Amino acid sequence: MRMIGQVAVNVFKESVRDKVLYNLVAFAVLLIAVSYLLGQLTAGQDVKIIKDLGLAAIATFGLFIAVFIGIGLVWKEVERRSIYSLLSKPVRRSEFILGKYAGLVLTLLVNVSVMTAAFYAVLAYLDTQFSDSVRAAWPAPATDPGMLRAIGLIFVELMLVTAVALFLSTFSSPFLSAALTFGLWVIGHFNTDLRNFEAVVESPAAAYLARGLYYVLPNFAAFDIKAQVVHALPVEPSYIATTAVYGAVYVAFLLTGAVVVFSRRDFK
Amino acid sequence: MKPAAALLVVLMGAVVGLQAVHEGRGGRPSADSPNLLYVRSPEAMQRLALSYEALLADVYWIRTVQHFGGTRRSTDPGKRYDLLYPLLDLTTSLDPLFNIAYQFGSLFLAEPPPGGPGRPELAIALLQKGLQVQPDKWEFAQQIGFVHYWWRKDYTEAAAWFRLAAEMPGAPFWLTSMAAVTLAEGGNRQSSRLLWSEIARSEYEWFHNEAQRRLQQLDALDQIDQLQAAADAFEQRFGREAAAWDDLRRAGYLYGTPADPTGVLYRIASGVVGLGPGSRLFPLPVESARPPQ
Repeated sequence: MRMIGQVAVNVFKESVRDKVLYNLVAFAVLLIAVSYLLGQLTAGQDVKIIKDLGLAAIATFGLFIAVFIGIGLVWKEVERRSIYSLLSKPVRRSEFILGKYAGLVLTLLVNVSVMTAAFYAVLAYLDTQFSDSVRAAWPAPATDPGMLRAIGLIFVELMLVTAVALFLSTFSSPFLSAALTFGLWVIGHFNTDLRNFEAVVESPAAAYLARGLYYVLPNFAAFDIKAQVVHALPVEPSYIATTAVYGAVYVAFLLTGAVVVFSRRDFK
Repeated sequence: MKPAAALLVVLMGAVVGLQAVHEGRGGRPSADSPNLLYVRSPEAMQRLALSYEALLADVYWIRTVQHFGGTRRSTDPGKRYDLLYPLLDLTTSLDPLFNIAYQFGSLFLAEPPPGGPGRPELAIALLQKGLQVQPDKWEFAQQIGFVHYWWRKDYTEAAAWFRLAAEMPGAPFWLTSMAAVTLAEGGNRQSSRLLWSEIARSEYEWFHNEAQRRLQQLDALDQIDQLQAAADAFEQRFGREAAAWDDLRRAGYLYGTPADPTGVLYRIASGVVGLGPGSRLFPLPVESARPPQ
């Protein structure tokens, strides 16, 4: 466990050295600039649009970090040949993989936390720009803590994307890993279509295949409750819990797969 | 380092200068129309949006506001609002709970030319789409009644929708009396004033301003009636039409030059009174005779 922690801290330090956290500045500038410009364009919908934009930006910035750093976690060590010196130390291959994963999740956690704080700060400022009567017409307060539920599920989704990228990077090139991870992310948002495939094809085999893929491929659409929280619609705690557990189990599956593949790799 | 910095400054200066030259020559030759909507199918856009439906709905909403505002301000006599309904349809399909898009959108659509496309049937279709998603949203039912009242002059249908809205959960008490007044006195200025006064209470600035403008139009109609009566009396007394306000002043019918509620002077020509040129109350609503019950 200590070893996993050490690898994770190193991954985090490396991402800081690689200026990954600069994206936080871009996020803050984007939100502040948009909130300043929106007033003239949205016919009074500034707060809704900032909420939509903020949540989408947290998900998107996180997605890019998860994919582009995730695919390089193992590959960079192999490419730089530092893997030899690492594995010659008392670090098991499973600890190496789990540590790399934990390090990137820590980086994502810091990113998402800071982005969330900036997001709420911009909303708190916007809140002061409206009268009580306007605020009364909103479905939820500007700084509604209910949005944290969507951010929580975004974070679980990012953990899953990271696991996919890390798993793929244990046996394929960075370019292919990135393409496959993005591909799976896109397919994961078309999950409902796979479920309803039998309604548009006549072949029972194709319908069974689609139904099988529906159950096997990661269902990224399930993590998206952004619209619900912005409109202050009820989201059952049991839904959030089930989805989070689904993500955790899928992450465990992918990490196990990554450890198995990486353990069998021959670096001679 | 210093020469490199100087070179950067010079190059950036050159870029800005060339951009100014480019702008001075009218910019890029137009190759496409700004009135272009690549994807019109809400179903296709919902699929393309992945998990960004709400954000795309916001983008289409901003385009809607720009399209409506830009076309409305355009001085082109052949201006059209072709994209208005497709944009609103996309917005409300991507985010079916985007309430303001239904409410503003229906007002945009119903507004007669040149201020809007004059499509009350599309306004009603948009609001009914909203009611399918939120069947208890009394504001949508009230607005359908309002479109029937104000733009279709169908007071029976309007009263039916106001009554339906009044029966929905959370509806304000005055909707019941509005339904009764509409049925009994629909089309007269007093009931119109009642409707717009309720809308003027809206917390949304656009609704509030639009309602204030409509109330000013109703005041202007009252004032024009009084001025027209004075002009008619002048004609009867002197056997000729009043050519200018001076005629009515000298005859003792007026004490000054009358102005509409926005401060623009009324116009009189050949004994007929109307809004002065440039008044933002133009065009005044057409008042139809109430059909016999």
